[in-house]
Amino acid sequence: MNQQAVSMNVRHADEATSVIEIRGDVTAASEEPLMDAYTAATEHGARAVLLDFSGLEYMNSGGIGLLVTLLVRANRLKQRLLACGLSDHYRQILELTRLDEAISIYPTEADALAAVGA
Amino acid sequence: MSEGTKPRDAGNWARPSGSLTASNVPSGALDTVGGKQVLSPIQGFGQMWQKTYRVSLAGAGVTPQQVIAVWKDEFPLFWPDGNEFYAPLTGITPGEVALLEAAVGGGLKLSTGVLVIYADDESFTFMTPQGHMFAGWITFSAFEENGATSAQAEVLMRAQDPLTELGLTFGGHRKEDLFWAETMRALARRFDVDAEPITNVVCVERRRQWSRVGNVRHSSAFRSSLHTATAPFRKKTQ
Repeated sequence: MNQQAVSMNVRHADEATSVIEIRGDVTAASEEPLMDAYTAATEHGARAVLLDFSGLEYMNSGGIGLLVTLLVRANRLKQRLLACGLSDHYRQILELTRLDEAISIYPTEADALAAVGA
Repeated sequence: MSEGTKPRDAGNWARPSGSLTASNVPSGALDTVGGKQVLSPIQGFGQMWQKTYRVSLAGAGVTPQQVIAVWKDEFPLFWPDGNEFYAPLTGITPGEVALLEAAVGGGLKLSTGVLVIYADDESFTFMTPQGHMFAGWITFSAFEENGATSAQAEVLMRAQDPLTELGLTFGGHRKEDLFWAETMRALARRFDVDAEPITNVVCVERRRQWSRVGNVRHSSAFRSSLHTATAPFRKKTQ
């Protein structure tokens, strides 16, 4: 499979909330970097993980599948998954695939962090 | 990506529309999906499964793009006998609804459909509506692997309701695995390749979502079973 260019940067907004900045292309080939980023985001006990999609340039259906896997992982660990920085296009994709019913979407990082009380 | 810049995948995705509408209902097809909503694995009831069926097309000398072009154009031909797929007139393109009839055993055929949510040169994805056996999506793709092209169908699914979950547990999963393995063999034969598909099944989540038990009201299996069970009484009262 083609290796797509994606990079993940993990930040800890506070003890309970981490942010994963996603840049580039999210496809099935992004599984390892995304799961590694999630591990890094939650290893210190974060209860909420915010996915910042403002650097997202491309996503196919394989990428959407990865978000479901991430959601399952978060639910299993009783963690909250949030998203911010989505363009109208990617917001529509989450609506189409009905992932917006499970991932709380906020316009900006500040809005998301305020919602979780960070 | 700044607002106003058209994303590279813009033409590959369907637009959210709320409920489904089949653009054409071919002769012999039953439209049971009109007005229904699609369901992701998140909205399903049963355990979540990721099933991958992969076949190598080594020796065929075809590119992933050629495989996907043929797969889209001739999709119904690769399905096992006894099942029908009514491709949209405009082909497998984002936003189109395809109707289908699936043989589920015991002489029962379920009429349902799928929404094409994504399509590009190397893959396409169907999402299932309310009333389908499972909630989720199926992605068909082709890619280079070990110097040859491989084709793959990947299902991410949950049974929509308890009745279907029961059916999947007692033989349904095996039947589905055989269905897709046969489909992949037929696709390989189309390229003059006699190859055995590799099946990989992973239970992604064992927990059942009891909050989704109400999905049963949309169940095609439930309606078909009820229709069959009440047939003698209907005849008596006629």
